[in-house]
Amino acid sequence: MPAAIEFQQVSRRFGSVRAVDGVNLSIAAGEFFALLGPSGSGKTTCLRLIAGFEQPSSGHVLLDGADVTGVPPYERNVNTVFQDYALFPHMTVAENVAYGLRVRRVPAGEQRKRAHEMLALVQLEGLGERSPLQLSGGQKQRVALARALINHPAVLLLDEPLGALDLKLREAMQIELKNLQRKLKITFVYVTHDQGEALSMADRVAVFDRGRIEQLDTPRGLYMRPRTAFVARFVGGANVIEGDLARRLTGAPRPFAIRAEMMSLDGSAAPSGDGQVGCEATVIDVQYHGASSRWQVCTDDGTVLAVVRAESGSAAGTYAIGGKVRVAWPAVQMVPLEETPAA
Amino acid sequence: MFGRELSTFFYRRSVFYLLLLLLPPLLWLGTVYLGSLFALLLQSFYAIDEFTATVVPKLTLATYHQLFSHPANVDIILRTLGMAIAVTLASAVIAFPLASYMARYASPRMKAFLYVGVMLPMWTSYLVKVYAWRLILAKQGILSWILTTIGLDPLLEAALTTPVIGGPSLASSYLGMFIVFVYMWLPFMILPLAAALERVPQSMVQASADLGARPWQTFHTVILPLALPGLAAGSIFTFSLTLGDYIIPNVVGAPGYFIGMMVYQQQGTAGNIPLAAAFSVVPIVLIAIYLTLARRLGAFDAL
Repeated sequence: MPAAIEFQQVSRRFGSVRAVDGVNLSIAAGEFFALLGPSGSGKTTCLRLIAGFEQPSSGHVLLDGADVTGVPPYERNVNTVFQDYALFPHMTVAENVAYGLRVRRVPAGEQRKRAHEMLALVQLEGLGERSPLQLSGGQKQRVALARALINHPAVLLLDEPLGALDLKLREAMQIELKNLQRKLKITFVYVTHDQGEALSMADRVAVFDRGRIEQLDTPRGLYMRPRTAFVARFVGGANVIEGDLARRLTGAPRPFAIRAEMMSLDGSAAPSGDGQVGCEATVIDVQYHGASSRWQVCTDDGTVLAVVRAESGSAAGTYAIGGKVRVAWPAVQMVPLEETPAA
Repeated sequence: MFGRELSTFFYRRSVFYLLLLLLPPLLWLGTVYLGSLFALLLQSFYAIDEFTATVVPKLTLATYHQLFSHPANVDIILRTLGMAIAVTLASAVIAFPLASYMARYASPRMKAFLYVGVMLPMWTSYLVKVYAWRLILAKQGILSWILTTIGLDPLLEAALTTPVIGGPSLASSYLGMFIVFVYMWLPFMILPLAAALERVPQSMVQASADLGARPWQTFHTVILPLALPGLAAGSIFTFSLTLGDYIIPNVVGAPGYFIGMMVYQQQGTAGNIPLAAAFSVVPIVLIAIYLTLARRLGAFDAL
């Protein structure tokens, strides 16, 4: 069974800028796949290459095994939920949702019926006759979703759909989207810059940086076994220790990552226990997050390390800013990283 | 000392500050524009005394009766209306592809060049342009010379022998007048249309294509409805400017009279101000009807 989407050495150049640089990936049918990365990393361009709004400068994009180079968006079995929703302001909500059927000349009665079904699916029954301009952000989002699903596409593309929503709504929508995907069994390709979203929703994630895929793995794999310093920092917010400090602590110059919640702080300068690696540092900042606190400490060679500690509720174990502490972590939790090529 | 009290007063009662700022334009609008318009309207309800050739300041409908009972007058109105409609339609058809290209496909440099190009004719005097066109369209003018050289003069002959719009030469036919009108008002149609088209977000056009609409379908279900306010604005310009114009029919065109020419003549040599006023009211009414129709058809819904 061919992959739902496949990229074979796909590049997209804009003049001298390589927005997408030799990307290979394969997305299985029914998968919830996330494209994660900072702005300008090429993830949105990849999405547009799948949708057909861009053509690759080189390489091939395959949908369901067939090369779709030169195939326009209206002939692809792929639908998109846009970041700004792109609802048509001169049509009602129901007309927006039924648009995909209207352009295929489905009879009006059936259009109405299926539009109402889709609105019920996204829990917006009764809002069919409203104008899109009268809806809240979350409602517009659902209309855009219903509109994109009405043609039963093989693949649904979502371009940072939850960016404009507040935190509570975003979290609720994440759960809804995941449930919807499970229920409909459609391949979802989800673009986001929020690693929390990608980790919680996706089956597999491709991490992008400067047009290339740094690592393609399951969320757990990305978090526990990052391959490069970029992935370690971007996905887990892990500490990356390299250079002299790495050599001093491990004997080898190879960089490694250590997750902030694996580290412990100790006020004493006592030597570390079994299997622990550590060094001395000065406290420079602390951020209170309710259930935990995130400490920033600076080692004597200038590396800033983050330590996340659960809050016990008591005031014990707090250190003043500028105070000297010892950071330590279990040696087995250290993740070796690839050498970063010289910039 | 007094200045500080004054500024505090205006700061506290911002309504008066607003009124102060609006006073000059309100005065202008009220007295110069509305006032003169009202005076005109009033004049149309007066009548001229046949014997003394002076205006009798008594309210009467005699002038309007005179306007609509003479077939020649009705002809003038219909002729002007017909020309206005033809010019509006032609301008819309010509402006749309250009405005579309300018708004959505042109590179920034090309866009700037095209905008300047569209506005450049407006930097020239109106009269110079009209007379230039008369020379271009004349029997021995450049246009007929070009057409003869490339062998298309039968086309010109056929156009000139068409009844009603033809004539001895382009410069003295309704066809020629039509060409000049369209040339003159085209920037007024292109600019609002380009502005409206530019406001259609690219993501909406892409969404339409994404959902399966072919380019033509996207055009008439998404782009055209959203560009309609721009089209309506441009058409108001072309329609009203053609209805009231009296220079172009004078310089280029067939002997038939237009409303503008009638107004000019009646208030000038004929001294029949009420009739001139009555003629002036006709375009106002026509445009009011046009605007109501446009609103009814939903031209302003997307605003």
